[in-house]
Amino acid sequence: MNRIGLIVNPLAGIGGRVGLKGSDGIETQRRARELGAIPESLHRATASLTPLLDLRSTLDVVTFPGEMGETSARDAGFTPQVIGQIHSGSTTAEDTRRAVNNLSALDVDLILFAGGDGTARDVCSVMPSRFPCLGIPSGVKIQSAVYATNPKRAGELAGMYLKGRARLREAEVLDLDEDAYRAGRISTRLYGTLHVPYRPLWRQNQKTPSPAAEARQAEAVAADIVEQMQAGVAYILGPGTTTRAIAQALTVEKTLVGVDVVRDGQLVAKDVTQAQLLSLTETMPARIIVTPIGGQGFLFGRGNQPIGPEVIRRVGRENIIVVSAPDKLRALRLQPLLVDTGDAVADGLLAGYFSVVTGYKERMVYKVVS
Amino acid sequence: MTHPSPKKLGAPKAVAPKPALRRFHQARWDEPVIFELSSPGQRGVLPPEPEAAIVQAAGDAFDNLPASLKRKTAPALPEMSQVHVLRHYLRLSQENLGADLNIDVGQGTCTMKYSPKVNDQLARSHRLTELHPLQPLSTVQGVLELMYRLEDMLKEISGLDRVTLQPGAGSAAIFTNIAMIRAFHESRGEGRTRTEVITSSFSHPSNAAAAKVAGYTIITLPPDADGYPDLEALKAAVSARTAALLITNPEDTGIFNPRIVEFVDLVHRAGGLCSYDQANANGLLGITRAREAGFDLCHFNLHKTFSTPHGCGGPASGACCVTRDLAPFLPVPTVEFDGTSYYLDFNRPQSIGKVRSWYGVTGNMLKAYAWIMSLGAEGLREVAEIAVLNNNYLLNKVLEIRGASAPYAKGKRRIEQVRYSWEGLANDTGVHSEEIGFRAADFGTHYWTSHHPFVVPEPMTLEPTESYSRQDLDEYITILKHIANEAYTDPEIVHTAPHNSTVHKIDQESFDDPDAWAVTWRAYQRKLKKDR
Repeated sequence: MNRIGLIVNPLAGIGGRVGLKGSDGIETQRRARELGAIPESLHRATASLTPLLDLRSTLDVVTFPGEMGETSARDAGFTPQVIGQIHSGSTTAEDTRRAVNNLSALDVDLILFAGGDGTARDVCSVMPSRFPCLGIPSGVKIQSAVYATNPKRAGELAGMYLKGRARLREAEVLDLDEDAYRAGRISTRLYGTLHVPYRPLWRQNQKTPSPAAEARQAEAVAADIVEQMQAGVAYILGPGTTTRAIAQALTVEKTLVGVDVVRDGQLVAKDVTQAQLLSLTETMPARIIVTPIGGQGFLFGRGNQPIGPEVIRRVGRENIIVVSAPDKLRALRLQPLLVDTGDAVADGLLAGYFSVVTGYKERMVYKVVS
Repeated sequence: MTHPSPKKLGAPKAVAPKPALRRFHQARWDEPVIFELSSPGQRGVLPPEPEAAIVQAAGDAFDNLPASLKRKTAPALPEMSQVHVLRHYLRLSQENLGADLNIDVGQGTCTMKYSPKVNDQLARSHRLTELHPLQPLSTVQGVLELMYRLEDMLKEISGLDRVTLQPGAGSAAIFTNIAMIRAFHESRGEGRTRTEVITSSFSHPSNAAAAKVAGYTIITLPPDADGYPDLEALKAAVSARTAALLITNPEDTGIFNPRIVEFVDLVHRAGGLCSYDQANANGLLGITRAREAGFDLCHFNLHKTFSTPHGCGGPASGACCVTRDLAPFLPVPTVEFDGTSYYLDFNRPQSIGKVRSWYGVTGNMLKAYAWIMSLGAEGLREVAEIAVLNNNYLLNKVLEIRGASAPYAKGKRRIEQVRYSWEGLANDTGVHSEEIGFRAADFGTHYWTSHHPFVVPEPMTLEPTESYSRQDLDEYITILKHIANEAYTDPEIVHTAPHNSTVHKIDQESFDDPDAWAVTWRAYQRKLKKDR
């Protein structure tokens, strides 16, 4: 018997259809309802469970009451086991976090959650390390790589995972600062990672990368970078799993979501701000090491805000080293990387081709567009 | 009991119409591994004891062996009678879906063609198999002439100036080419500065792999939006560090890069060399040549284009072709002719040395020679024309199937193969390409998995070569159409396929796990039976 947990954020996406750019904050949600918004996430959760109906005889769904999962599960044709309590009509992020805590403690095989980037951030903040979960895309903003491409695909992937036919990978949780977003500024942070099932575009024999292979790819990239590091140069390490592997190769402690600086194999600054980077680059030669973040292939402007346009301009394009495990670029189908620093001059500077380090002595000449 | 009347017996029988789909079922013999069939004391051959006079004259043959060469224990070989060996392999062959059994267009990039059996018979002839590479040259003039003449033909087909037949495989041929490229740059004092080799995403991955083994940094050009290797990316990649461009054209998508001359010129202007991967030249024979595209080197796989054949049907064999400037670096020995006799030239001071023992895979050379001679120059061109025609016929038929597509280069014809995508069908039905390939086995065919670099979603790569008739291609299309229809109407039957095979699903996870690999009996005993 398999068990999956289901969490629906009934407010996810509520702001999107009425043009509110996101659904965070009680005030936004109230305005959305006033504007006639209907929660999308319940239907989307139902759609994602439909491909799992065939497994009904061997699959239990465990969920929270009413709009937080029970309704969607029943609509899909399941008879769910319902736990916890909610105040219907006024659920909050705290309910999502409580659901994650309760469901993960019940030893379910996988937790499906319907929401957007804000929901993923809430889930990520309390999810036990390496616990399998997967997002059903229902939000206005989806930049996080923890969501399936559509609700039906989320259900299929969950089914394949339960049958042992999909693997887990570490995927990034990104979220915008919505106040900045509504004010017309993009400010995205990397909040952490979740372990989600995935199937490569084709899964076959040893040619297919396994999670272990992906980690080895990052190690190979790190070996190349460490070999080319020069004495006296400050290396600004952006966030991400590939850059984390570089820090590991140097045996320095790196923050996954922050920007760190190393020089001569030592950590000189941790989780820095743009201001710190600006003062640091005044006094010493520096190079930037970044990796694409999230499911859309952003190189700058998502998740690595401290490396802002001023820092990029000062360090110079020729001192930017782009690294990526080849699987990440394959997952993008070799489509160009994106930059959106909020500064047209810096974006223009970054556009063009970068020789991306994809392994030890391996490069891909990759297009970057703004 | 009543007997049928004579009239009834004489009536024409209702003949069941030929099924639209072949109702294939794989044989199942539950055949053990041959080592498990061993029965102590059984023998296939019992040679008679030698006569006393011979024993006296020759002594014990083992006495002359150095002690270091003698085994301390006998090898653990299976002990079996001939009939048991024969039965074992016949059974295994029935559990297989070989190139001679099925419409093997599903092995895109492999160039599966019909290889005439007469060529096998020639290669098995004692006149070839009983030759020894250490025989005096005067006694092997025939086989040397064959090599010399085959090299001449490949010079003509490539347009280049010299050829070596020594490499024992396609990847070995690429490695031979990169070794010659390195020797060329070293001879000009640029060995240390030219450290990079450029290739493209859809070029055969052996190009990157062989150059990496040779110590180069590999720079890969991704495809542009139309699927062609990105020329602007090449401009960004080329520098004084460029040793060479190794590229396939058409790439594994079947798309021919019409700007290949610009690629070659860019690299040449930077002082790099260009090597054309023509392992599969099946769509190009007699139509385009490496020479006219400006390349300095190329290689052919005799076991692909030249029908020797590919896959488990026989050993591999690569041929490298080079310009005059690169000829000094060819492996030794080269086969030469002095006007009266053929000889081997070992005295080539700039040679990269040997890349394989002796002189190459002689049986394959003979088969390739016979294949080319049976076709002639016009025949070779016809091979290419029919292969391209077959491929574009198949392309049009596949694109009629709901859920199938051919990404990139919209509206362009393809050369000898196409990398298709079932992404539409997978999105509509949840059925994946992998599963369609499994289901095809229920109808006596298959397609496999050569889809590097795995960026086309739900891929299928078909290459119909010149060997398949229109009926063959129609049968294959009927199967694909049938499975696509099942995906839309009864997806479970595809999800659970194959139904008519003796092994339903192979757990592929173990392929990623070195502790589970067992490619030899000894490894199987050690790893899985935990037995020493």
